[in-house]
Amino acid sequence: MKLTAIAAAAVMAASPVMADLVFPDLSYRTGPYAANGIPFSDGYQDYFTLLNERDGGIGGVPAKVIECETGYNTEKGVECYEATKGEGALVYQPLSTGITYQLIPKVTADGIPMHTMGYGRTSAKNGKVFSNVFNYPANYWDGASHAINHIMSQGDIAGKKIALVYHNSAYGKEPIRTLEELSKKHGFELMLVPVDHPGQEQKSQWLQIRQQRPDNVIMYGWGVMNQVAIQEAANIRFPMENFIGIWWSGSENDVLPAGDRADGYKALTFHNLGDDYPLYDDLRKYVVDAGKAAGAGDQLGSALYNRGMYAAMLAAEAAKTAQEIHGTGDITPAMMRDGMEALEMTEAKMEEIGLPGFGPEFKVSCENHGGNGLGAVAQWDYAAKEWKLITGYEGSDQDVIQPLVDEDSAAFAAESGIEPGCK
Amino acid sequence: MPEQFLFAIEVTLNGLMAGVLYALVALGFVLIFKASGIFNYAQGVMALFAALTLVGIMDGQVPFSHLINAIFGTEIHHFGWHVPALLAIILTACVMVLFAWLVQRYIFRHLVNQEPIILFMATIGLAYFLEGVGDLMWGSDIKKLDVGLPQGINEWIDETTFNAFGYGFFIDNLDISATIVAIVLVAALIMFSQYTKQGRALRAVADDHQAALSVGISLNFIWVLVWSIAGFVALVAGIMWGAKSGVQFSLSLIALKALPVLMLGGFTSIPGAIVGGLIIGVGEKLFEFLVGPMIGGATENWFAYVLALIFLVFRPQGLFGEKIIERV
Repeated sequence: MKLTAIAAAAVMAASPVMADLVFPDLSYRTGPYAANGIPFSDGYQDYFTLLNERDGGIGGVPAKVIECETGYNTEKGVECYEATKGEGALVYQPLSTGITYQLIPKVTADGIPMHTMGYGRTSAKNGKVFSNVFNYPANYWDGASHAINHIMSQGDIAGKKIALVYHNSAYGKEPIRTLEELSKKHGFELMLVPVDHPGQEQKSQWLQIRQQRPDNVIMYGWGVMNQVAIQEAANIRFPMENFIGIWWSGSENDVLPAGDRADGYKALTFHNLGDDYPLYDDLRKYVVDAGKAAGAGDQLGSALYNRGMYAAMLAAEAAKTAQEIHGTGDITPAMMRDGMEALEMTEAKMEEIGLPGFGPEFKVSCENHGGNGLGAVAQWDYAAKEWKLITGYEGSDQDVIQPLVDEDSAAFAAESGIEPGCK
Repeated sequence: MPEQFLFAIEVTLNGLMAGVLYALVALGFVLIFKASGIFNYAQGVMALFAALTLVGIMDGQVPFSHLINAIFGTEIHHFGWHVPALLAIILTACVMVLFAWLVQRYIFRHLVNQEPIILFMATIGLAYFLEGVGDLMWGSDIKKLDVGLPQGINEWIDETTFNAFGYGFFIDNLDISATIVAIVLVAALIMFSQYTKQGRALRAVADDHQAALSVGISLNFIWVLVWSIAGFVALVAGIMWGAKSGVQFSLSLIALKALPVLMLGGFTSIPGAIVGGLIIGVGEKLFEFLVGPMIGGATENWFAYVLALIFLVFRPQGLFGEKIIERV
């Protein structure tokens, strides 16, 4: 017995010490955006808990989530970054465009990757300029193009009037340039309708829409702005099937307050919805039923829980890729960056994970940190109280988007003194 | 009639309705400031807390359920009953009275004779504390609030104006309800303060604390009373705003809409809060309609303050505020 103990101690001493793989979770569980931040964070944390409980971590190394409350506040987000980066943080996902903009120079200088899935600075797609920032599988400009493609799929768009109701912030203004280009290309009239933070009162905006009668409304909103916009659209009897939101305007939170009047509202998405996947059985067995869920365990399958879980899954897959590339389980942030840049998500891989058909297939490269830009359209079914995908994952208009990405990233490179190139 | 003129009338009418909603929030500030000289930073959070409590009671939600479950390993969330809206409103009003008593007993009683800035700081602390308690008590998910108020376009107004002008005006039924409720509320407040013993005592305290004390009026009782009334006003504001957007934590930000109303109407006048609300509502909506499209829109948030500042320059005490003259 003594000999066994001595032998075990000798083996442990000889093996390199495996540190945990650290994934900071810059969450917001308080403040006006908490209702959106909580399910995302729960999904993010639960996925890593599942990997630890079921598989013993990623490649045999336990994952450790460090949660830091940002309150969706940019200053607090930066504080969280500074407070956690020394813990060996592998990747940051701040879930805020404001925080993202502040962290871009910091993560680049510190050599830590950042993943801004469906948000952040769109031109970060150009990995030759933004070496440490990734925004796969889709970005804001892809979203604008998806919305226009969907409208075009329902009839001729030329001569139509399309309104963009947007959060009057860096985030909400992102699609304007793309929509202006698409308007020139396809011949529709673009009407811009900004809504100031937080968006609790939108009477003027919706009276304007009622008076000017656009054929379709696209919304880039967040938080209470979404719920009020959907209520006001219903109030003026704007047809819900002609009202389409970006993925940040497409959670259950956004449609439930309007009740049956929100039936038929559409939203874009870059992942699937609901919980009818084998992985969710494991999440229930190893995490929720075991009392290890980050939240109450009642959000599984909701749009934002799924998004948080999907974000964690992509981070874990990138970590696995990094482990394979570098032949070690104990990866560094620089290795994680390599893993993210070499990430390829295929349907076979998604099936293996237990999420068949959950997200689009895509491949990341140095030139393309944004994936293939695929997105789908979901529609709210009030009777079933669920989102349903009504299209497959379809591409965006890269003929319009890519030149804009090149132009914006070149401007950033010039102002930051970055020499574009691959590492 | 030219189309633009009709649109402007529609915008003005909607501005008046929005102004009533702003005034509802401003009223709570005025009541407390008038009686105790405290600028209650927590008024917006009180509206949020009242609305959260109302929905929680209506839905039979167990308060502090997450905390209870975490400590005792239980899985309780709901009592399994649904409370009718009217009864839930009465119960919530009782909770707000209890809140008023606790605030008075444990905070402001200890701060008597302190500088106004200290009292203001105390209300900032109270706001964040109450927000945290609300979260712990009822959770931070977005809750649908349905107390049976009609919502959506008023068909009668739409049809009547369409027949008269060839363009149907949009007026939200919820805004009409809010206007009626606000009229009843203000009438009740005026009757209470004019014709009841407690109301007269409240006015006496508002006029002169020392004199009121000298004739045997209990300041503690009056302050509990006024915080209770402000709590009830917060509940009404919470219902109206919560019905529009669902009950969620951003509801506390409606206080931002009340500040220009107070600047304009004065901190001590109930009619000032109403008239100030109406002027701000109409002013910001008309500015957005007429000037907004030329300068990129989203003007309402800042224009309300510009409008209030303009009034402030000419009448620092607000439209109906009391002019403070200190003789030395």
